[in-house]
This record gives sequence, structure tokens and C-alpha cells, in this order.
Amino acid sequence: MEFDFAEEQPKFLMLMYGLIAFVVVVGGLLLLLDVVPAWFARRREAQLIAASASGAPLPRRRKQREGLFALFFLLPTLLLLTIGLVVPAIRTTLLSFMNADSSGWVGLRNYGWMFSEGSIIRVLINTLVWVILVPLVATSFGLLYAVLVDKARFEAVAKSLIFLPMAISFVGATIIWKFVYAYRGDGQEQIGLLNQIVVGLGGEPKQWLLESPLNTFLLIVIMIWIQAGFAMVVLSAAIKAIPADIVEAARLDGVSPWQMFWQITMPSIRPALIVVVVTLSIATLKVFDIVRTATNGNYDTSVIANEMYNQAFRYQENGQGSALAVFLFVLVIPIVIYQIRNLRQQREG
Amino acid sequence: MTTATPTIPAGTQATGKTTRVARVRKRLNSRTATLASIVIALVWTIPTFGLLVSSIRPENEIKTTGWWTFFTNPQFTLDNYQQVLFSTSSSSGQLASYFINSLAITIPSVLFPLAFASLAAYALAWINFKGRDWLYIAIFSLQIVPLQMALVPLLKFFSTGVTLGGVTLMPAWDLVDEQKFAQVWFAHTCFALPFAVFLLHNFISQLPKDLMEAARVDGATHPKIFRTIVLPLITPALAAFGIFQFLWVWNDLLVALIFAGGGDETAPLTVRLAQMAGTRGNEWQRLTAGAFVSIVVPLIVFLSLQRYFVRGLLAGSVKG
Repeated sequence: MEFDFAEEQPKFLMLMYGLIAFVVVVGGLLLLLDVVPAWFARRREAQLIAASASGAPLPRRRKQREGLFALFFLLPTLLLLTIGLVVPAIRTTLLSFMNADSSGWVGLRNYGWMFSEGSIIRVLINTLVWVILVPLVATSFGLLYAVLVDKARFEAVAKSLIFLPMAISFVGATIIWKFVYAYRGDGQEQIGLLNQIVVGLGGEPKQWLLESPLNTFLLIVIMIWIQAGFAMVVLSAAIKAIPADIVEAARLDGVSPWQMFWQITMPSIRPALIVVVVTLSIATLKVFDIVRTATNGNYDTSVIANEMYNQAFRYQENGQGSALAVFLFVLVIPIVIYQIRNLRQQREG
Repeated sequence: MTTATPTIPAGTQATGKTTRVARVRKRLNSRTATLASIVIALVWTIPTFGLLVSSIRPENEIKTTGWWTFFTNPQFTLDNYQQVLFSTSSSSGQLASYFINSLAITIPSVLFPLAFASLAAYALAWINFKGRDWLYIAIFSLQIVPLQMALVPLLKFFSTGVTLGGVTLMPAWDLVDEQKFAQVWFAHTCFALPFAVFLLHNFISQLPKDLMEAARVDGATHPKIFRTIVLPLITPALAAFGIFQFLWVWNDLLVALIFAGGGDETAPLTVRLAQMAGTRGNEWQRLTAGAFVSIVVPLIVFLSLQRYFVRGLLAGSVKG
């Protein structure tokens, strides 16, 4: 059992190629942008000299060059966005009206399938539960914690503890929690914390992840655990941005902490609150890793993103997979419109 | 729900209005607040802590007793890490190999969008051209397209190329083994760009206008301004996005599953761990150590650069 480092060399070679490509592309672009205008400038200078020598009217050309610069600055981004995002998104929309191997049009059949097939309806309901619970609970915990530790002695450390799960991958987080939910047969010593607590309280150990609908809620706990830190950081910053004189004035008026929270803090951080809820809603709609790692979508836990992956990449049902992706996109739109409206109101108000 | 502000400045008492009862209540309030925050902090840390403790316990112990017994009966071993990282038997993790894959995927996937987006953000903020605002709004709004919308066609683009009316515009990439890294870089770069442009534009557009105009008057061209003035000034923003993208790519499962495949030539740690959790769900000695191996790098990056990360988070979510 020896790890052979030599076998890994092609990877490093590939990584080096990637880095060389990076230097060539970016460096080349910058060089090009430096050299070409300098050349033009020299030519224009020569023209000017020639013109002034011969007494002809001065040639004027300045406007278009700005646009040309912009084009080069934007070229890589626009190219990649077109190839990697815009065109594929349009294609996916088209594919959602086609059959499994994209050889013929089927009209709205894939969408009909989505809303009539029992297992998919279950998927949609699960997604709805996720999208309602995660933003709500994660934001509440984040807000509660931000208020609790605000100006406390170990604030920085206390915040890091909650924030830390954000650095952990969804896969890692899921393994962490699967271990909490681990199960061993009745009568044996439990190794999962949750079952140990249940046994300690006199209950029977359970196979948590197999029991629908409880398992969906247990998976939601993982997402909340990861995202509460995000809510906490943003809201904490918003709380700190409340003007000190308002807080002070309220305090002098003898406002109780409870009133302070509802009448000063909440209205002041409303914009940040909306941003957090919106961001979390969108992130939750797309949740995939947790479900896939924990149950692979079995035992009635699947969500849209997971089902989309299974349909398109496991069952090769491109049409149905694309329809699910489009539906996911459609679900995001009202959330974003709500957000934009709010931002606009804020700017006007 | 108790919502007390834990510290009340002495000034409040000096007004003389606070009665003794109120003061006692306040102290109690602040005590419940402290208690509540400690409880939350514990609930949030214990799962990770349990995993960490388990990863250094011998296999037999992990499988038969709870990790909390470690404190009454401490047994320490690094075998799990040795096994999961370096053993070549296919049933163990072989994670060292996947770790290298994660690195090879992540580094270019951070650099490319960073460079392209800062160039684009500069152009959108400081170069005058027609339709600039519309272009910015278009790129900005691409943020809401879920990447699920792009997966099927993009994979097809790599595997079959582009043909339009029988004319091959772009041949298939036909990548094998470690060459598939290029696909992953490409996909991650595309998906990162809208957010990257948005975040960096937020910073770049807020640079002082006088500075730019002074430089223009001095005859500096846009590339020169970009390199010598803008880049040094937006280093914090670059760091913020860099950390974001690093964490996102390192922790990503979906894009890697589709574009890197599952083999040890290209798949990153997350893909391997997800496989292990599926097929060897009860091999806790490997799962715990493996999970920690995948967590440790982002954790170090995160803790050492947290300041930038938070700043980026706030700029990206609140100011927008």
C-alpha cells in the first residue's frame, strides 16, 4: 500500500498547462491593449506632424477608439458567457419541449409529466418545504444570534463559531450530520448523537434518514446549520450600521430591550433582512449536494435539482431533465422581481 | 425569545430613573442572552467536533461506541488518515490523489474568472461606450440563471462540438483523463463570471472619479490605468472574490460530477466523498477522516482571510 507520487505527475503537468494558458491569455490581452494603442498614437502623432507641416486641416479621430478598448476588455467575459451560459440556457429551454434523446418535439408533454407523475409531485412538495423552512429558520437563528452576541465580550470568536460551517462543503456537512443521525440496532451502544440522546431519554433508536417525512426535515437542518452563519454576518453588520444616536435616544426614553428590538432594530435592518431571505431562498431552491450525499433522493427526500440531475444524467431523459431545470429557473424569477422592486422602493424612499 | 442588549452603558443608570427591579431584570435578561448564545454556539459546533474526535479514534472504537466516550477512554490513532489518504486498495479512500485533483481544479478556476471579470468590470465602470448600462444589466441579471439550465447543452458542447447546418464550427474537445480538468475550468469560469463582474464592478465603480480623470489627462491609456491604478486599489475586492470562488469550487459537487467524471484521474474530493458516503456509509473510520481532509483546506483559507470574505459578502449582498 504505497501512494505513488509519480502517477500524479500528469495532473501537475495539466495544471501547469492551465496556468500557462492563463498567463498567455491575460498577459497577451494586456500586452495587445498596450502595444496597439501605442502604435496608433505614434501614427496619429506622425499624421499630426505631417498635417501641421503641410498646413492641411488636422485629422480628428478619437471617439471610436474608446469603444474598441471596451470591446477588448469585455471580449473574454462576453465570449464565455455566451458559450457557457446564454446559449446553453436557450438550448435547455428548447430541449424541454423535446423527447428523451432530443430527436423530436413533444410539446408540453415533459411539463405535463412533471405535474402528473406522483414521485415528481412529491419532489415539488419537498422543494416547497425546503424553500419555506430554510430561509425562515436560518434567518431567525442568524438574527437571534447576531442580536445576542452584539457587543458581547467574545463577539468575534462567537461569530466565527456559527460562521464556520459556511467554509465546509455541503458534502462534508452532510457527512458530519449523517454521523449525528447514525443508527445502530436496538440494545447496542449508539454511535450517533441523536440516537444516543433519544435512548438516554428512554426512547428507541431510529433509522432517521429512512423515515419519511421526518428525513426531509433532518436534511433541512443541515442546510440551516450551514446558512445561519451567512444570515448572522449580514444582519450583524446591518445592526452595527444603525446610527448610534437613534439607539441612544431610544435608550434615554427608557425603551425596553424588547421594544428596542421591534421598533428600532427591526425597521432599520429590514433591507438587509430581505436580502438575506431572498439569497437563502434562491440558494435553497438549487440545493443538490445535501440530498444527493445523504440519501441520493431515496426515501421520498428528492428535490428539484436532484431530480433534474437524475433525469438528465442518470436516466438520459434530457427532455424531462431540461423541463425540471426550466421550472427551477421559473421559480427563481418571482423572488428576484420582488428583490428588485424592494431595492427600487428603497432608492426612491 | 430573549432579546436583550447584553451591555448597557453606565450612563443609563446615571439618569437615576432605573429602579433596582429594573436593574435586576436587565442583568437576568443579559444572563439568559448569554446562556442562549452559548447554547446556540454549542449546537453549531458539536457536530463538527464529534467528527473531528472520531477521526482520530481506532476503527473498532468508532464503530461500537459513541465519540463522547473518548473523554473517559481516550485512544488515539492516525491510522484512519493514513488509510484514507495513501492506501491504494480501492475500498479505502485514495484521497491523496483526489486532493491533488481538487487543487488542480480549483486554482485555474479561481484565476480565470478573477482576471476576466476585473477586466470586464473596469470597462463597464470607466470606459464610455454605447449601451454600457444595458450590457451591465444583462450580465448582472445572468446571475439568476441557475447553472442547471446550462449543464446538458454545455456537456454536449464538450462531447460533440458545434455544428451548424452540417458545418463544424467547433470540433468536439474529446478530452481524456486529466485533460478533463480543462472542461471543469471552463464550466466554473463561465458560471462564476456574472457574480464576479457584479462584485468587482461594485468596488471599481466606487473609485474616485478625480483619480481616473487625472490619469486620463496625464495621457494614460485604459490598459495603463487598469494595471497601475485600478488593480492595486481593488486588491481587497479581488481577495474577497478569490476566497468566494475558492470555497465555491473546492466545495462544489454538481459541476465536478458532470464535467470531471468519477475516476481518480480528475474527480475532486467532494465527488469521492459523496461516493464513499453512498457505497460505504458505515465505514465511519474512513468517512470521518475523509471529511476532515476535505474540510481542512477551506477552513484554513477561510480563517486566515475571513476579513476579506466578510467584506465581500456584505458588498455582494447588501449594497447591490
